[in-house]
Amino acid sequence: MNGTLFIYPDYEVVRDYDKCIACRVCERQCANEVHSYDPDLKKMFADNTKCVNCHRCVCLCPTHALKIVKSDNTYKINANWDNQTINEVYRQAGTGGVLLSSMGNPKPYPVYWDKMLVNASQVTNPSIDPLREPMETAVYLGKKNAGIERDENGRLKDTLPPQLKLSVPVMFSAMSYGSISYNAHESLARAAEELGIYYNTGEGGLHKDFYKYGKNTIVQVASGRFGVFKDYLETAAAIEIKMGQGAKPGIGGHLPGSKITDAVSTTRMIPKGVDAISPAPHHDIYSIEDLRQLVYSLKEATDYKKPVIVKIAAVHNCAAIASGIARSGADIIAVDGFRGGTGAAPTRIRDNVGIPIELALASIDTRLREEGIRDNVSIVAAGSIRSSTDLLKAIALGADACYIGTAALLSLGCHLCRSCHQGKCNWGIATQRPELVKRLNPEIGYRRLVRLVTAWKHELQEMMGGMGINSVEALRGNRLMLRGIGLTDRELSVLGIRHAGE
Amino acid sequence: MKRIYVKEKWCLGCHLCEYECAYANSGIADMVKALKGKNICPRIKVEDGDGVHFAVNCRHCTDPICVKSCIAGALSREGDGMVSLDRDKCVGCYTCVMVCPYGAIMPAEDGKAAQKCMLCTDNQMNGEPNCVKHCPNGAIVFEDRG
Repeated sequence: MNGTLFIYPDYEVVRDYDKCIACRVCERQCANEVHSYDPDLKKMFADNTKCVNCHRCVCLCPTHALKIVKSDNTYKINANWDNQTINEVYRQAGTGGVLLSSMGNPKPYPVYWDKMLVNASQVTNPSIDPLREPMETAVYLGKKNAGIERDENGRLKDTLPPQLKLSVPVMFSAMSYGSISYNAHESLARAAEELGIYYNTGEGGLHKDFYKYGKNTIVQVASGRFGVFKDYLETAAAIEIKMGQGAKPGIGGHLPGSKITDAVSTTRMIPKGVDAISPAPHHDIYSIEDLRQLVYSLKEATDYKKPVIVKIAAVHNCAAIASGIARSGADIIAVDGFRGGTGAAPTRIRDNVGIPIELALASIDTRLREEGIRDNVSIVAAGSIRSSTDLLKAIALGADACYIGTAALLSLGCHLCRSCHQGKCNWGIATQRPELVKRLNPEIGYRRLVRLVTAWKHELQEMMGGMGINSVEALRGNRLMLRGIGLTDRELSVLGIRHAGE
Repeated sequence: MKRIYVKEKWCLGCHLCEYECAYANSGIADMVKALKGKNICPRIKVEDGDGVHFAVNCRHCTDPICVKSCIAGALSREGDGMVSLDRDKCVGCYTCVMVCPYGAIMPAEDGKAAQKCMLCTDNQMNGEPNCVKHCPNGAIVFEDRG
């Protein structure tokens, strides 16, 4: 036996030959070269071993002749050693390498969003019809603890620190140019501009073509400091210091050299074709005091005109960390839960490190309130906000707004095949290969993003109206609007909510 | 007039438009029945080069050389500017096929007449060009550019 064992593919391409017209669209659209045409037999064939289950062929097949099914090939059933666990051992025995994965944690951990129910008005308080009455979804992110000061004429002075105005409490998560394509970035930037919200550059710098979207851009300063310079900071509406990422808390990033094209190299200010390594820590931050120095360095560099966000991964003691951040001078804390996405992460870390955003968010909001410093910062929740109800529940738990990453990519065509790290994204999102990048037309992409967020806004208004609440401000931290279902006393106490029926 | 334009930048070379065209002009309601086992003869054709793809069909020229060359009076320029082919008048001499600088007129499947894009006005699509409707990347558009 040599190094590698044959592993039967997890998914199989099933072709309905009665419907297949052999147009070969599937073959032309598959960067993994799954499909092939046999001119002698005049038939299409598929090599399942190459399929990543991205559904590009399924979506483009004009006669809907294709589907992808879970393989029923199995080892002897074993509740302890399931097929995937066994295969991972085989893979590592063959390669000696760390297992890599992409996108968010797919393991069956509890999803607390789905164990919380939302309230509605009946009899004693009126519900509101958002189609007939005002329903405010705009929010402002930033410090709200301005002191009251008057000038010599007794007029109130504006001492409010800089704020970010969002028309809907949703922003697009940090996804770097490099990990996603130029066209994906353009789609996000244009959608953010049209929606009156913000997108986030991630740590890959900002392509010069996108400086014009600056007023809707949050730029990131991460441990690799890629692409950070004066113009980058000045163009942005806000600056985010990335301390951690929900998908891979405690470790840095690694963009393979194959993705460092000319444009990515220029934007990141690093050599072409060389792996881009983001260190695990910021080498100048080992304490809250160090963090404070970077926060104020960035504020000083931008004349105190822009809010500074500090993004952390949701980990065990995140409430204490958030308390420190709230005292560091940061304006906004972003917390990324362990189901958050990534373009590549070691599988073991993605699947086992960190905690759910619901618990982290609740404990951070509670801690900051208890310490009387909740108004020092806004809180942005991230890490798998899948729908307007997740958004609504996050706000009720204490978030000022949410980041959406995976949901945004899904609206651009992503089918969660979780193969981003292979760089052959058939949907033109997580790739730098020009022939694949062009598959995402930003003209189509940005409109789909705008429609998604607009739909969520309508749903949010509808649900708030039902509760008799007419603004997001009034919903924030309103945990009485939530009830747990099937949760233990301990879970309820961490979430700070009552059980249904109570 | 509204014409079909192709944006080379977004054309993926998937060739779906060719099949959608062949289906639209088949006169058969079911795509599988219309196209299964057939060699299609679409009125739009994707030219593939080294990393470049471009779907080509009739440009509906303002001074169409095909109309001038037609010996049977089958080709004409309609009031709205569409270059139209009357199959009943066409004698199948294929002069138009040879003179079209874009290669956008070709012999019909039966070999008895020429065929060209009529902007889906002469088939089951009722004037909504099927290639435009089904292009997955918005590379084929139907718009009035004056």
